[in-house]
Amino acid sequence: MGSLKIENVKKSFGSVDVLKGIDLEVNDGEFVVFVGPSGCGKSTLLRVIAGLEDATSGNVLIDGRKVDAVPPSDRGIAMVFQTYALYPHLSVRNNMSLGLKQAKTPTDEITRRVATASSMLSLEPYLERRPAELSGGQRQRVAIGRAVVREPKLFLFDEPLSNLDAALRVNTRLEIAQLHRRLSATMIYVTHDQVEAMTLADRIVVLNGGRIEQIGRPMELYNSPANEFVASFIGSPKMNFIDGAHLGEPKAKTVGVRPEHLTVDAKSGAWKGTVIHAEHLGADTNLYIDTEKAGLLTIRIFGVYDAEPGATLYATPNPAKTYRFDADGKTLA
Amino acid sequence: MSKATHSLPRTIAAHAVLIAYTVIALFPVVVIIINSMKSRNAIFRTPLSPPTPETFDLVGYTTVLAQGDFFLYFQNSFIVTVASLFFVLLFGAMAAFALAEYRFKGNTLMGLYLALGIMIPIRLGTVAILQLMVASGLVNTLTALILVYTAQGLPLCVFILSEFMKQVSDDLKNAGRIDGLSEYRIFFRLVLPLVRPAMATVAVFTMIPIWNDLWFPLILAPSEATKTVTLGAQLFIGQYVTNWNAVLAALSLAILPVLVLYLIFSRQLIRGITSGAVK
Repeated sequence: MGSLKIENVKKSFGSVDVLKGIDLEVNDGEFVVFVGPSGCGKSTLLRVIAGLEDATSGNVLIDGRKVDAVPPSDRGIAMVFQTYALYPHLSVRNNMSLGLKQAKTPTDEITRRVATASSMLSLEPYLERRPAELSGGQRQRVAIGRAVVREPKLFLFDEPLSNLDAALRVNTRLEIAQLHRRLSATMIYVTHDQVEAMTLADRIVVLNGGRIEQIGRPMELYNSPANEFVASFIGSPKMNFIDGAHLGEPKAKTVGVRPEHLTVDAKSGAWKGTVIHAEHLGADTNLYIDTEKAGLLTIRIFGVYDAEPGATLYATPNPAKTYRFDADGKTLA
Repeated sequence: MSKATHSLPRTIAAHAVLIAYTVIALFPVVVIIINSMKSRNAIFRTPLSPPTPETFDLVGYTTVLAQGDFFLYFQNSFIVTVASLFFVLLFGAMAAFALAEYRFKGNTLMGLYLALGIMIPIRLGTVAILQLMVASGLVNTLTALILVYTAQGLPLCVFILSEFMKQVSDDLKNAGRIDGLSEYRIFFRLVLPLVRPAMATVAVFTMIPIWNDLWFPLILAPSEATKTVTLGAQLFIGQYVTNWNAVLAALSLAILPVLVLYLIFSRQLIRGITSGAVK
């Protein structure tokens, strides 16, 4: 009902190549997250799928139908924007129903769909209000509701949580996850936040510099990153990267260890170092240790660990969980 | 409330400055209005005093209303101003939207070309305009004035509005596109309401020079049927004798319509219904 296929899509703005050949298949009902640093082309790719930008070359197929020349409103998509983009002069009800009215949907059908969507998102008390009279979280729910009533083949989310504060972000993330389960619709979600990507996605597409670095399930990306970029992007705090030559690893240019795969001991270990800073988060503790052999390391310890800056500690990596990268950044087997 | 921003001397000083400015700005207008209601002798003897029971005289107004077809002049001025304003805002906003919204070759050049008129006064082209109007048979018609004023107002309108249109959220326009709104509906229903304060500013700047203009009515439409108020008031300024009562009365009357238009637009300036669309 809502599959998507992207074939060698390229997009240039003047002489700047923003997308350098993207191939991707999204299955019906899948939740796919595009993640990458700013300027990696993830939003542009989403806009190309939506039809808001024309691809310079390549094809976009929704449900097997080529939509390159189809206007956004006829592609069977709905989009939720970072800035909500509600129509300021319309009430919540009319914001949600405008698209259906444009598509000449019968009135009772519109009423039914708006009622379903607003009860799903607990928007009933606000239906007659204008966007200006709503809080940020409510506005974003209206924006999601406007997408839901269209009953699209494909939901597109463009960083929908970026404008919300931390607590609301967690709630809305949960709502989006539940929405996906309830509607079992195909969803494509763009974010620069790897936590959102890990928590929501069936599959993650990591983009960098207009190319796809890796596609995979969240745990695949975490456990077997294809290259140094993916390894550094997925996981928080970031993976430690150590010069291979320092560690006597002739084949590896760089060796990577995640902060949670390092253990510390006061007496003995692989790398001796001094504590620079300790962050106590309650559930876990982040230590920053300057080691002689491996440079500055971030270490994540579960639970409380008392370490004063200046103390000497030994860090030991878990040998089964270290990654080796060649000179091009590719992961070595 | 902090003391620093609300101390008494500061408040007094701020008000003194504002009141002084208001007095200076209103002084000529007030002088015109009070003198328009006085007898001829009183105008020259005590030009600054308000009309007293002895000096009160509406002879100026009766002259204006009796002599010449002043209602027609008013109507002409009103038609010309409102029609020009309508076309300036419509075409200016459309051009500004195209410049701000669409990427096409020569976009920047086109914007500069359209803004060129701000720097070159349209009166430099008076002779050519007159020839054009004669050739097209538009002399002594209101259409001629409307066309010229539309051309005169467009550059500033395009310039100001395109800056404002660039600030309208792309997401909002894209949301409209996904909901199936045509580009025209996006322009009229989503973008125009959001730039309404800017439109009102442009309207005020455009309207006042048109209403006050004497040059083009004198050259392009001096006939009795197409005279505007400013041209009509010239009737009472003679080479040897000037009927000051009538001139002042005509000018006082001419203030009214423009004042009404200004009040309409200034309401738009203040209106803040646009907040809350986007964060």
